[in-house]
Amino acid sequence: MSTAKQYELVYIAAPEATEEQLAALATEVQQVVGRFQGTIEKTDVWGRRRLAYQIGRYKEGIYVLHVINGSGELVKELERRLKVIDNVVRHLITRVDEDLLVAAHRKERRQAKTAKRRVARGLPPEPTPEEKMRHIAARGGDSVDGMDEAEA
Amino acid sequence: MAEGFGGGGGGRGRGGPKGAGDKGPRRGGSGGGGMFRRRRVCKFKSEKIDYIDYKDVRLLLQFIPERGKIQPRRLSGTSAKWQRKLQLAIKRARELALIPYVTD
Repeated sequence: MSTAKQYELVYIAAPEATEEQLAALATEVQQVVGRFQGTIEKTDVWGRRRLAYQIGRYKEGIYVLHVINGSGELVKELERRLKVIDNVVRHLITRVDEDLLVAAHRKERRQAKTAKRRVARGLPPEPTPEEKMRHIAARGGDSVDGMDEAEA
Repeated sequence: MAEGFGGGGGGRGRGGPKGAGDKGPRRGGSGGGGMFRRRRVCKFKSEKIDYIDYKDVRLLLQFIPERGKIQPRRLSGTSAKWQRKLQLAIKRARELALIPYVTD
């Protein structure tokens, strides 16, 4: 409660699962989360996707991502439930809050450093929009987000 | 006779490859470096990637050559810190069948 941890749950539902079965899965997760006073921060259905290798008799699966705030006990229960459900081909729960915090710190530190350097050179602390454009063009316009492919 | 021959052969054999081995790698190493030196920079440091997401298949695939193995640091130039994170992300992605374990 006070020590809220954040987890990411990704599960692969069987490709032949119907809409209702998928909905039932989602409510099952919701119920467990609710029972342990957790919250679902984000739900993202990636949809049907080819598996990189065959799992059992499946060559594709329906990927669903949940970002959950909650306790370790919640995860334990969720893990136990997911193992039992036949419709779930595979699942993975990872803790993300610590890594994301570290990443945020890193970003913050870097930005502070850049700002300081820029001020020392007599520039405004933030890069101007045109400077950013030039920077992106120089790099080939390739940004860091990679979720486009997962959704495709 | 046989003993003498064997001993002599062994001595020569040992001397020959060892001598070549002493010089070979050094010469080969410097020559290879001169011919084409790989860009040795950590992608994550230079491109300011703060977090390696195991869901980011496009990023991870850059570090997985043909065979499906994780590219070693000595080839990719990734720093030790980021290689560890990368390794974990790739292994998680494999578990979710986002990336193959092996490709033949």
